[in-house]
Amino acid sequence: MIFDVNSIRQDFPNLHQTVNGKPLVYLDNAASTHKPQSVIEAVRKFYSEYNANVHRALYRYATEATEAYEASRDKVARLINAPDRRSIIFTSGTTESINLIAYAWGRHNLGPGDEILVTEMEHHSNLIPWQLTARDTGATLKFIPITADGALDLSNPDQYFTARTKLVAFIQQSNVFGTINPAKQIIEMAHQVGALTIVDAAQSVPHHQVDMTELDCDFLAFSGHKMLGPTGIGVLYGKPELLEAMEPFLGGGEMIQSVTMEKSTWNEIPWKFEAGTPKIAQVIGLGTAIDYITAIGFEAIVKYEKELTDYALSALSALEGITIHGNAHQRGPVISFNVKDVHPHDLAQFLDQEGIAIRAGHHCTQPIMQKLGVPATSRASFSLYNTKAEIDILIESIANTIRFMTG
Amino acid sequence: MDELRELYQSLILDHSRHPHNFKVLDSANRTADGYNPLCGDQITLYMNVENDVIKDISFQGQGCAISKASTSIMTTILKGKTIAEAQSIFNKFQHMIKTGEYDIDQMGKLAVLAGIHKYPVRVKCAILPWHTAINSLKSEDKAKIFSTE
Repeated sequence: MIFDVNSIRQDFPNLHQTVNGKPLVYLDNAASTHKPQSVIEAVRKFYSEYNANVHRALYRYATEATEAYEASRDKVARLINAPDRRSIIFTSGTTESINLIAYAWGRHNLGPGDEILVTEMEHHSNLIPWQLTARDTGATLKFIPITADGALDLSNPDQYFTARTKLVAFIQQSNVFGTINPAKQIIEMAHQVGALTIVDAAQSVPHHQVDMTELDCDFLAFSGHKMLGPTGIGVLYGKPELLEAMEPFLGGGEMIQSVTMEKSTWNEIPWKFEAGTPKIAQVIGLGTAIDYITAIGFEAIVKYEKELTDYALSALSALEGITIHGNAHQRGPVISFNVKDVHPHDLAQFLDQEGIAIRAGHHCTQPIMQKLGVPATSRASFSLYNTKAEIDILIESIANTIRFMTG
Repeated sequence: MDELRELYQSLILDHSRHPHNFKVLDSANRTADGYNPLCGDQITLYMNVENDVIKDISFQGQGCAISKASTSIMTTILKGKTIAEAQSIFNKFQHMIKTGEYDIDQMGKLAVLAGIHKYPVRVKCAILPWHTAINSLKSEDKAKIFSTE
């Protein structure tokens, strides 16, 4: 398939809106992406043509809904090359996926003397659950530091990976720096000391091939809404033998096998971890988003998004007074920066006036902001539907704002 | 010039680039920290309060142009006011910043901030110093920390 951004843009109704009479330039894709018409249509179709609960009733629409729901599970498994569909658990998002492990595994397997190893680069969603787990179990939280270039400093692995390390939790692609961390290497180091691994893949799965067989991680979490799918849906991948051995997370319908007044036995995985009526429409929508991404293919997506990122990096660097945070060799389409004497919120406000949506703030990574010594940064993040012309508009508007604010 | 530029023009020229009372106050007998975790705005207010009168007030910190300008203007207004007067001005200011409606005789130079009501996300930036000051003035705690979240 030939990668044609103009034809791709036609598939996304939201991209054709105007803001303050100017065409929308949406550059906040690391926060959430827009949805192609096919995803919107899949959700609409479920609600208007075969709306029913899944895994229960015997009537026709219930069967159709169940089939569509479970078909999405197969699509997810294929997307991340998971050998066993039972590894795929649907959650509300990356945050819930990580919390599921923190509660159903962490609180039953960790205690005083054990160490949870995370990195200084984590999104709060992969930090707070472990702070709470450490607080509740008496385990200790340790951190792999970051370098000035916004990469992980893995130069002293023996300091962090020890016999006490029981879990290593890390972000695969930074939502601030764009850095792609050496996931395979980290997972190998963790396994060498007998620790389990959980990968926060919220920023990586949307942008490049993430392969469970190759990575060999124990758990992996990502969200639907950052990869052209609906909000409210996420995925937890887990190795089947680990998921089987784990205690349940939420108790309720669907996750049980038999129930008496006194006690219950659990359903098989993955349903053991899908208590209550699941997010049926969202799961079906996510399956359609995966179809969309797969039809284009990661090879073309990686190539195009790299072109955009390189273009933006070089244009931004040419502006006076710009500091770009993160300079890793392996990076995704995310650029964080600060402008001298212009606060990120003032910049974002002026860009909004021009129809440009960027993010300004701490990006749910306050420890990184402390490390960088800034209260906040501005962040532009790209998706497969962005164009160089949009980046030109961004750069011109930043230059105008700098002139106005400091001139 | 569009509205946003107009709003910033009046703010920045007067206060954001060269904020008034931007210093540590040696005579302070009351300090208050204000945080807006969403933006990363952080201000420290220094106040000298005697017999319910704000004798002197200054600030330090970092933030966007709106929060800086709003803090700067606030310090010039509150100097010499009683706590009750400060509360009364704050109530009118809060109404203005949320609705855009105000009485020029009452608001005086605070009126330059009225345009912010059109940018609801930024209302917090403008109100942060006021919340911080009023919270501190009403509190027994002489080193109060206030957060918008």
